Amino acid sequence: MKSTLKQLLHSPKFMTGLITFLVVLILVIVYPFIVPGDPLERIGVGTFAKPGIYFSLYDSVTTQRETLKLSNADEKRMAAAVDEEDKAAMKELIKKTETAYDGDLDDTVFLIEVWEENYDAMMQTKMKSADKKYYQRIQKRLEALKSADNMLVYDEDSEDSKTTITKTDYVRTGAVANVKVLPLGTENFGRDMLKELLAAAGTSLKIGLLAGIVATLLGLFFGLLSGYLGGWVDEVIMFITTMFTVIPGFVLLILISYSLGQEARGPMIIAVVIGLTSWTWTARSVRSQVISLRNRDHVNLSKISGHSLARIILTDILPYIASYVVMAFILQVSSGILAEAQLSLLGLGPKTTTTPTLGLMMNWAMNYSAHTNGSWWAYFPVIFIIAAITFSLNQMNTGMDQVFNPALRD
Amino acid sequence: MSKGYRKYFGKKLIWFVVTLFFAVVLNFLLPRLMPSDPVASIVNKVIGSSTDTTAAQEMYNHFAEEFGTNKPLITQFFIYVKNLFQGNLGTSFSQYPRKVSDIIKTSIGWTLALQIPAIIVGWILGNVLGAVAAYIRKGWDKVVMPVSMFISNIPAFGSAIILLYIFAIKLKVAPVAGAYSYEMIPNFSWKFISSVIQHYQLPFWSIVLISIGGQAIGMRSMSIYELNADYVKYSRFLGIRDKKIVGYVFRNAMLPQVTGLAMSLGTSIGGALVAERVFSYPGLGSTMFGAVTSADYPLISACTLMITLMVLIVTLLLDVIYGFIDPRVKAAQFDA
Repeated sequence: MKSTLKQLLHSPKFMTGLITFLVVLILVIVYPFIVPGDPLERIGVGTFAKPGIYFSLYDSVTTQRETLKLSNADEKRMAAAVDEEDKAAMKELIKKTETAYDGDLDDTVFLIEVWEENYDAMMQTKMKSADKKYYQRIQKRLEALKSADNMLVYDEDSEDSKTTITKTDYVRTGAVANVKVLPLGTENFGRDMLKELLAAAGTSLKIGLLAGIVATLLGLFFGLLSGYLGGWVDEVIMFITTMFTVIPGFVLLILISYSLGQEARGPMIIAVVIGLTSWTWTARSVRSQVISLRNRDHVNLSKISGHSLARIILTDILPYIASYVVMAFILQVSSGILAEAQLSLLGLGPKTTTTPTLGLMMNWAMNYSAHTNGSWWAYFPVIFIIAAITFSLNQMNTGMDQVFNPALRD
Repeated sequence: MSKGYRKYFGKKLIWFVVTLFFAVVLNFLLPRLMPSDPVASIVNKVIGSSTDTTAAQEMYNHFAEEFGTNKPLITQFFIYVKNLFQGNLGTSFSQYPRKVSDIIKTSIGWTLALQIPAIIVGWILGNVLGAVAAYIRKGWDKVVMPVSMFISNIPAFGSAIILLYIFAIKLKVAPVAGAYSYEMIPNFSWKFISSVIQHYQLPFWSIVLISIGGQAIGMRSMSIYELNADYVKYSRFLGIRDKKIVGYVFRNAMLPQVTGLAMSLGTSIGGALVAERVFSYPGLGSTMFGAVTSADYPLISACTLMITLMVLIVTLLLDVIYGFIDPRVKAAQFDA
């Protein structure tokens, strides 16, 4: 036992898996303490706010200011004001007039510098008047930004309390009263994506765990029964398990989840249903292990000594297949998490308004077309965390496989 | 065909029929076993918050009649089976008064044309990569294995969305959704076919990608297992050329992979169906999603039945192929 553990700790695969898994687990457990609050609180009114640091514009007006004179502040301001279409037009003009430049035009600040320097010369060339007007409009907008005067902010009630903001005014983010860090932005309901994601990962882990426990217990029970007793019990159980390897478990899952109805489908009920539809292959592999053990000497000795069935199974069989069962359990957990996600994507996931799951988050993102409107932060992290969890579990499984089954060792 | 083969295929065929029967029974029974009255919940869903009780009652009677829920369970089952044989799968709720069989007919073609080639291509590519990884081990193995390990852990819908994001949204080289341009009407023009091919790429490759990873890992460990087997050592000892040994190893490692394909079909089909939703591909997966969101019970039940039937038929075909390539089944025909 001790040496096996030691071997496991030296298996690079097992350790990568274990560490990845622990990292996810620790994040799930610790993050709510760092950023407390309800993970489903809708803080954003709009949908899909981009990831970043948000600070209150209102508060920043009254925050104490410093004057900083930065050399290319104007160019940056202008760069932020031109859109992709304008940039493409500007690049085209520079290329068309064969203006010399030294740098990367994809860098917007540089593009604007080149544009500013050569604008007058470039406008001398012949072009359609519509084009000319278009370029002039761009230039006018840029000029306006460059020469823009100070800004005045008034109090809505009294015009006396006005604040002047100059272009060289800066406030420190830390000094602004209200700052919200949204590392992954907000999702379609305006919730803090990262917070919800980690809460969802927690629920999904629980779902996977429960599904794995149900599947492994059932699989172990029927596998032991069928392998040890043999005879008609074996035949009946084998008939059922063979059938369910052909009839997709996914189909059963859909049928049962749909039949349950929306109200009854809590996350944990879904987990049990997943477990109920996936125990068969554990049963099959346990059975084949038990069959190879059934006629070993130590088992026969126990039988002759008149030990009870329960005792033989507990002391003479279970310890020998324990490592195998643990491996099967790990795989069941990982496929349980995936099954929940797939089910949710078909609209048959847990019906709940109080707990998010990874599958539900994915489903929400898809319903609000996050995948076609470019809001990558609303679905990519979900995929990543699902992949990380299943990857870690599968790595642990392969690592164990290599320790227990030397033929596979690298 | 010899007696041994006939026995083998006969057995497989009987098994197919028995499984199909149980699949139909489950498809029939599961929704009816639930404590709630399916017709009542359907009527509630369709009627919504409306308080018109006479309309609800009328609707209830109509659907109770159509499902036969007012008759004993066994009679219901016979009606169900009889309808199945006539290709009658009921009437859709959400696309009333379209027949369910009609909807299924249009969507199943897309699913078959997408899934089967993709699964086969993925299986072949995966096996070749896995075998090469096992044989070369050093270097190549170190690159291919971790990569396919990670890819195989990205869920099916995940790789579909990632491909969609890269190729359709960012690079704009592939269409975002559908099986053909939305303004087109299916016909046999060159323009339509090329549009279909364009829309085919992303869903196809995302399903291929899903199956490659898992297959490569399986094939690699099978091949390593075989390469360490006694017969390989013995053949080496006898001085048989490496190329010939690799041939044996590949074949022996291949056989479980055929069974593996049959076994994994049930699980991979789930992921592939979900991938259809990502690309709004008009196959069974998208149909089922639509049916679930609109609580279209007859359509859901028809979809699950079709999926089961598809998996069963492919499994039967694989069993037949297996019978021809496995030397042990071949040997059995000489015994008989």
